[in-house]
Amino acid sequence: MSGVQSRVSPSPWVTSRATLVASWLRTRAVLREWTLPPTLKFSGLGRFGEVLGAQCLAPRETLIVMSHLKQQKVKMLEVQFVGDDDVLNHILDKEEEYLKNGCVASGGNKVYSFQTRKKPEKMAELAYEIAKTSGKSVPLICKNTEKMASTPQSSKKQSTSEKDQLKSDEKNEFLSTPYRLRKRLTAVSTFPSDTESEYSDSNSEDDKGIKQEEEKISEVLMDQKRLTKHSSLSSSSCKKVSAKKMKKDTTTDLVEEYFEAHSSSKVLTSDRTLQKLKRTKLDQQTLHNLLSKFSPPFSAELKQLNEQYERLFHKWMLQLHLGFNIVLYGLGSKKELLEKFRASMLQDSVHVVINGFFPGITVKSILNSITEEILEHMGTFRSVLDQLDWIINRFKDDSSLELFLLIHNLDSQMLRGDKSQQILGQLSSLPKIYLIASIDHINAPLMWDHSKQSLYNWLWYETTTYRPYTEETSYENSLLVQQCGTLALSSLIHVFRSLTPNARGIFRLLIKYQLENEENPSYIGLSFQDFYQQCREAFLVNSDLTLRAQLTEFRDHKLLRTKKGTDGVEYLLIPIDTGTLSDFLEKEDKEA
Amino acid sequence: MQSARFSKQSLTFPNMKFQGLISFLIFSADYFNEGESLSEDSKLRFDTCQLLWQQMKSEAEELQEELNKNLFDKLIEFLEKSHLEFRKKSTNWNYQIKSREIPTAALVLGVNVTDHDLTFKGLTAMLRDTITPYVVSLQAKECPDVKHLLQKLASQVMGCHIDMESTEEEEEECVQLSQKKMHYSMAFLSTWYRNVTQKKGSESVNKKITSSSQWKKSPPIVIILKDIESFSTKVLQDFIIISSQYLHQLPIVLVLGIATSPIIIHRLLPHAVSFLCIELLQSLSCKEHLAKLLDKLLLTTRFPFKLNEKALQVLINIFLYHDFSVQNFIKGLQLAILEHFYSQPLSILCCDLPEVKRRIHSLSEDQCESIRRLPSFMRYVEKQTPEKQVASLTNERFLKELHIYHENFFIVLKCLHAFTSSLPKYPLGRQIRELYCACLEKNIWESQEYEPALQLLRMLAKDELMAILHKCVEVFRSSPGKQLGSTAEKLKEFLAQFQSLEESNEEENGSGSQQKGLQKTDLYHLQKSLLEMKELRSSNKKQTKFEVQRDKVVDMIDNLVRKYLFPPDTQTLYEVVYFTGAHTLREHLNAAPRIALHTALNNPYHYLKNQALKSEDDSIPNVAPDICIAYKLHLECSRLINVVDWSEAFATVVTAAEETDPNSTASEEIKEIIHARFIRAVSELELLGFIKPTKQKTDHVARLTWGGC
Repeated sequence: MSGVQSRVSPSPWVTSRATLVASWLRTRAVLREWTLPPTLKFSGLGRFGEVLGAQCLAPRETLIVMSHLKQQKVKMLEVQFVGDDDVLNHILDKEEEYLKNGCVASGGNKVYSFQTRKKPEKMAELAYEIAKTSGKSVPLICKNTEKMASTPQSSKKQSTSEKDQLKSDEKNEFLSTPYRLRKRLTAVSTFPSDTESEYSDSNSEDDKGIKQEEEKISEVLMDQKRLTKHSSLSSSSCKKVSAKKMKKDTTTDLVEEYFEAHSSSKVLTSDRTLQKLKRTKLDQQTLHNLLSKFSPPFSAELKQLNEQYERLFHKWMLQLHLGFNIVLYGLGSKKELLEKFRASMLQDSVHVVINGFFPGITVKSILNSITEEILEHMGTFRSVLDQLDWIINRFKDDSSLELFLLIHNLDSQMLRGDKSQQILGQLSSLPKIYLIASIDHINAPLMWDHSKQSLYNWLWYETTTYRPYTEETSYENSLLVQQCGTLALSSLIHVFRSLTPNARGIFRLLIKYQLENEENPSYIGLSFQDFYQQCREAFLVNSDLTLRAQLTEFRDHKLLRTKKGTDGVEYLLIPIDTGTLSDFLEKEDKEA
Repeated sequence: MQSARFSKQSLTFPNMKFQGLISFLIFSADYFNEGESLSEDSKLRFDTCQLLWQQMKSEAEELQEELNKNLFDKLIEFLEKSHLEFRKKSTNWNYQIKSREIPTAALVLGVNVTDHDLTFKGLTAMLRDTITPYVVSLQAKECPDVKHLLQKLASQVMGCHIDMESTEEEEEECVQLSQKKMHYSMAFLSTWYRNVTQKKGSESVNKKITSSSQWKKSPPIVIILKDIESFSTKVLQDFIIISSQYLHQLPIVLVLGIATSPIIIHRLLPHAVSFLCIELLQSLSCKEHLAKLLDKLLLTTRFPFKLNEKALQVLINIFLYHDFSVQNFIKGLQLAILEHFYSQPLSILCCDLPEVKRRIHSLSEDQCESIRRLPSFMRYVEKQTPEKQVASLTNERFLKELHIYHENFFIVLKCLHAFTSSLPKYPLGRQIRELYCACLEKNIWESQEYEPALQLLRMLAKDELMAILHKCVEVFRSSPGKQLGSTAEKLKEFLAQFQSLEESNEEENGSGSQQKGLQKTDLYHLQKSLLEMKELRSSNKKQTKFEVQRDKVVDMIDNLVRKYLFPPDTQTLYEVVYFTGAHTLREHLNAAPRIALHTALNNPYHYLKNQALKSEDDSIPNVAPDICIAYKLHLECSRLINVVDWSEAFATVVTAAEETDPNSTASEEIKEIIHARFIRAVSELELLGFIKPTKQKTDHVARLTWGGC
């Protein structure tokens, strides 16, 4: 009879209750229309109160009941009622909805909501969840109708029989479970060691088995969830918590959650590594090739989005001319959009395009390109500030000069420094320099304090394009992309050829030694003294000072790493993988 | 992958040099019409917009100057006082050696750093005009060490000198000097200074200039340190000690710009502060500045352009909650004007009244049609009888009415503000902007606070009331309109009556108190008299003359408010002059990139209106873009994320989306592609700053949002 209880108790979903009561009244009116006295009809079943409760709180379900009734109109008597659990589920859903709304209204915690510390399996769990809810996303009603086919009692029995199995998996809660419940579950859950071990030493072969098992578990969990909800509700609804108190509870809970996540220094994640997956690291080229085979969905919508932004081009030009600068933000690469802007608007004017995401870019190079290419000045400058002053004066003196600066990724690693931003800001504050830039990083706006912001004089435009950041990420040292492939080899060759013959010999010696010790897992490098001895024997150096000078050169090019061993001796190591090194030697031998 | 390194496209046009200002304006006007062909109309609109903006801008600048004047005057006074000895006894070195204190003016300018530049610019210009050519302004970022500081100082001082002399040879000489990258020091500077002043001194003697020759002989060197807080202690300390040593040769004056509080000087310079002789000068608070600005730009009929309640509220909120910067407020205003003229075709009528008359006659068919479609105009027409409808299409009258409405509105608003701003707890707001917003929003007399405010007004003391009435009379006098002439008269009458009341009251009071003071009281009498008094209080409705008058005044104000202070959107054709795009203002000035990013990742349906992406509650459908799925999965993890788990979860979701049976062995190629997609999604998340690689555990990444590691 908990359904009735919760109807009476002043609960946080008061607002929705009013509408529900209204709908209940309406359904009662419909019942009257059937000309059958409703009391008579239901009294035989003995659970009228509950039915009313169901009508009152879960109009959708009752409507289904109605349709059932309509079909059977006169025959009736075979009416299926909504089970306790479903009613409670619905109530909980309502409550969550309410709480969620409250949270949204109360401030920005929607954006980065706190999460409980979850176990690694959570991800797999959610994956199934998302995978299951296809594009059509199965609505709640369907589940309930399914449920109605089976009697509530039986489902209860089922769940109790499986209880011991469930207990071990209680930690697999769902995203949508309310916090209070979740907390209880995590409190109860004792990490069973056997599942953990099974998880960590699982390899790709028996993965499938686990997957299926997990799927089963997740199905069962649906029932389990309902059960636990039931218990939690019957206790909570009696408490008569006022709406305000509830809200307060949730905020303090969030705080608790935060500290909970940060207090424990140990983070539990599974121990699986990529090596076990037998999936080789891809290099840029293959990655690119693979991705080109995949066409992104929603092209029509994306196109529409883009057209919407392209309509702003004229406005941007106007605003740039009136002394504002424009910054674009939002998810997705904005390179194409800016490129289009350049192509359609800036054909006849002087402009510089700067790819901020390129790892070698500096403010100096930007200024250089302005002074050399645009202002055609061949002199050099003592410092960047001098150069900036010169540019500013030049633009002040010559009022006919105009320059458009297009910066992709103003927030990139190389440009986000305080000094760089200051200089770019000063540049953009010139009335005849028009800056249009894009930012992507979530914390990008933190780059600018008030004075920089006033220098930039931004107008913000949201341009969410959903375009892949292909070029922007191609320079990044991404974790899953093999970096030291062709790029490292070519740079190695490049540096090597610029060396003196002696230095080449020295480096070759080191490479050979390293390749010889390829198989030795405990190889930490060649000790300096040994190396010196070898070099002397090969007549490459005559003192350890000259050797050190050569080594500094290698170190500057990141071709060498020195490490102090446990015995205090310096060990030299080339931080390049053996494959590349042997490739390199082969090539060099061929050349020679 | 093509190497998109650093592509530069530069096309220099030979005729660029001949493009002057006029062509530039035409050039920008091209963009005013959303890409359509440039019509006469949009050009006119653009010109109007520019004209209006220029007027408002110059008005704002004037105001700024005016407000700074006070501060500057004080500063000049201070400068004149300082170095008196130096000028008088410039020969008596012994005396000079004793005094080692640098005269210093500490300008407390407030937290609105962005506004300081303008103040300093004005200050420099004014000092150059009146006191000394040697004004140097230094910023912390230019002076990482003492060497740079001195270099900047010397080059600027000598640069100033060039400006004044402006003789060709010397200029060249100086340019050469600076290019030679010579070693600057205080000693060098002081010899240079002595040379210059001596030369000039002789010159001025020759020319026999009498006026304030003291200054002419040895003008002080004013060094402005714009942002004292960001200077490093060491640089400042060294500089101050050095310059105090040269004080007898160089009349140095320091001006420190302070954004926080004067205590910062002591904190920054624990030792060197003893070399300073500090005088504190306070600038006007930015809130007052804003109030004055609003008064000049918006609460006036001079400029036809107005903001509606929401737009104004957005700008004020940005000011109050973000930066306190008046400059940013003006920028917002500029954007509002631009947007208004850009998006509202009828804004062509948003100009002076005589101009409106001319423009109405040249309105095109389309424009008339769009006027007819304005909601406020339609409302008006519906109220009229059909025969009047035809006649009413000349809308000049409405704009005139609107103008008059504004005139009255502002006068009454100011009066009401005069009344309510002194009430306890400020039921209608302390600042006039709050009252203005309330009035713009709805009928002020229907608001909750209005009645209690009137109640409070009915309890004002006489002197308070008189002061307020004086203020109101002042308001009426300063306004040019003649609409409310009768009320002004009435106000004056009230004032006169109060004054006469005062005189008569004094007599009454004198006699009354005497009587009471002499009475003897026993307990019985006391009780009796108390009872009597109580009865008198409760029953006696007879008020004193003052009270009657006071009620009359309050009633009058109430009537005025009800008559004139109705919100502008009741007016016909208000759309022409009121800017309503509060949303655009907020979007472009006070954007929330993080929220946008989160929404795009969390709820792609918000941007991509595809039914497949629609979802309830927190979940997202599995057909969503890759990055959304990866993001959603990563939210489930705590500080560290296992990449393998992540990629498998990702693969599960994506294969389900492609409706291939997860149990059947998908071809290796498809798996590879999915893996590649995952890699891309992860590196995109890295670019966006949600995760970063970590070495804490193999094949793990760290989450960066809310804490991370």
